Amino acid sequence: MSDKKVVLELKNVDKSFGPIDVLHEISLKVREGEVLCLLGDNGAGKSTLIKTLAGVHNATRGEILVDGEPVIFSGPRDAQDRGIATVHQFGGTYPLMSVGRNFFMGQEPTKGFGPFKVYDRKKANKIAVEEVQKMGITRIDDGDRLVGGLSGGERQSLAIARAVYFGARVLILDEPTAALGVKQAAHVLRIVNEAKKRGLAVIFITHQVMHAMTVGDHFAVLIRGAIAADFRKGEKTREEITDLMAGGQNMADLEQEIEGYMEAHDGHPPKVEPAE
Amino acid sequence: MSSPAANAPADTATSGFSIGSLIRRPEAGSLIGFVVVYIFFAILGGAVFMGAPGWSSWLNIAAEVGIIALPVGLLMISGEFDISVGAVVPASSVTCALLSGQFGLPAIVGIGGALSVGLLVGFVNGMIVTRTSIPSLIVTIGIMFAVMGLTLGLAVLVKGSTSVGYVPDPLTKSLLGTFIGGMFNVSIFWWMGFIAVFFYFLHISPIGNWVFALGGDAESARNAGVPTAKLKVSLFMMSGFAAAFVGIAQVMTYQSAQVAGGQPFIFNSIMCAVIGGVILTGGAGSIIGIVLGTMTFAVVNQGIFFARLDPNVGSIIIGALLLAAVLTNDSFRALALSYATKKK
Ligand SMILES: Nc1ncnc2c1ncn2[C@@H]1O[C@H](COP(=O)(O)OP(=O)(O)OP(=O)(O)O)[C@@H](O)[C@H]1O
Ligand SMILES: [Mg+2]
Repeated sequence: MSDKKVVLELKNVDKSFGPIDVLHEISLKVREGEVLCLLGDNGAGKSTLIKTLAGVHNATRGEILVDGEPVIFSGPRDAQDRGIATVHQFGGTYPLMSVGRNFFMGQEPTKGFGPFKVYDRKKANKIAVEEVQKMGITRIDDGDRLVGGLSGGERQSLAIARAVYFGARVLILDEPTAALGVKQAAHVLRIVNEAKKRGLAVIFITHQVMHAMTVGDHFAVLIRGAIAADFRKGEKTREEITDLMAGGQNMADLEQEIEGYMEAHDGHPPKVEPAE
Repeated sequence: MSSPAANAPADTATSGFSIGSLIRRPEAGSLIGFVVVYIFFAILGGAVFMGAPGWSSWLNIAAEVGIIALPVGLLMISGEFDISVGAVVPASSVTCALLSGQFGLPAIVGIGGALSVGLLVGFVNGMIVTRTSIPSLIVTIGIMFAVMGLTLGLAVLVKGSTSVGYVPDPLTKSLLGTFIGGMFNVSIFWWMGFIAVFFYFLHISPIGNWVFALGGDAESARNAGVPTAKLKVSLFMMSGFAAAFVGIAQVMTYQSAQVAGGQPFIFNSIMCAVIGGVILTGGAGSIIGIVLGTMTFAVVNQGIFFARLDPNVGSIIIGALLLAAVLTNDSFRALALSYATKKK
């Protein structure tokens, strides 16, 4: 096991939405300078878990500890104030607002006199553009641009740059590479590594085994809201991880099934609902 | 007021002025609309319309609806409607007249009571909208009927009639209900004050950002730590307050409060905001735009009489303006968004 300091810990956390139980008895340790990859099929509860860590939801049962102290987040702001920054799976940007205003949403830089605070547009735009360019999106050079005019990947990069900028201790990324091209995805992985080197704890959710294996130090697999496997880098092979990510199914069997189908259907692959 | 280019969220110009960046500003359409409409009525209405009688008549109308259109526009930017203003105006008038007229309490008590009614209605609206998933359109319609019923019931119970008289003391009257030079209602100055405060709130203070975010993507705003529920309740309370203020100004001006007659404010305030470039789906708009929209509305509303046109023509013009505004709002938004992709 690692000897690095535990920043964030979950002890037997349950989360239900009314009668729907989504998370069961989740216990996890997130260490500084490490990347925890959270894996699992669609609907396994990954986003729900990180929303609980981001202060969006409160755990129904169980404890969350920050630096060993039990905490109950009063809201996303509270979690942010404790240095936990999150990029949520969907949204996160406001199309009709400028890059600068998007970047600083909820944490606007102000200048001003006494009680009259003034939004510091110059400063916001400058920092936003700098941080986004650091992500490799050099096309954004004007903080006044509306985010609606950016591509999906550029928006995602903006959201990540924002979290990196505000993530003092824990950086949570929910499928950050899903909308990205190969180059931008590589960039995000580099940033994850960079954050790790700087001593941040990173929680990284992805459906791509390669991405997970590139950056992960520690892996946790969720199946129907419970931790089905919890292991460290090098303890499992790529095939084993792939099977676990598919919800415990044997992917080799699945592939054979598909081949069988193709033979029976003149070589046409079965129609698959596109994965998100 | 500060320079507008520095503040609107959709600001696209960084340095210097260019036709392109001016035209992309969300207020551009409203400004053009106002100028066209004003010139049209100036030609038809002639010198009288362009002189003090004309200006005072449309500014008086603009001030009344404008004070309400500001917070209603803000709510629309945040993605909500407030229909209940139509009931708060008379409710506040009647409250003020009952307290200070019927019961002879000091004017300040009547004013305070009336403003409290507005704040309370706004609070109830906000709580229901944020605690349930009922759309604000429905919530505030329901609240409007409830408040109308209560107002009527109260007036009939206490006064035994649907109108309550009140003669304010000279100081109160001069502050809230007098005509300067016999023509310009003091409300015009109050409106300017409201404009300044709302301009600061939306475009200068950091909280303005949150209002736009509410309409843009409320869920993300909440995740980013914006106190969305609190903010929404505050916005509803602002519109309740503003509607109550207009109710007070009315009773001070006309020295009598009517239980009915607030309904025109509902559509007029929404129209002013839309003509002013507020996008119906939320997320965009500006104070300057709402003010221009209000002025345009008022010019048409009063210009009709100066131009000796059939009032029905006025309704047609307003309707056409509204449609044109919605269309241009959409294309201005598209233009603003295209900025990033065009400039390589
Ligand atoms: N607010 C909610 N109310 C009720 N059920 C919810 C809520 N949020 C999530 N769920 C349910 O919880 C389960 C887990 O959802 P979650 O979004 O955490 O999955 P996920 O692992 O992130 O999936 P994906 O890989 O598709 O993003 C789903 O069945 C979902 O329907
Ligand atoms: Mg998810």
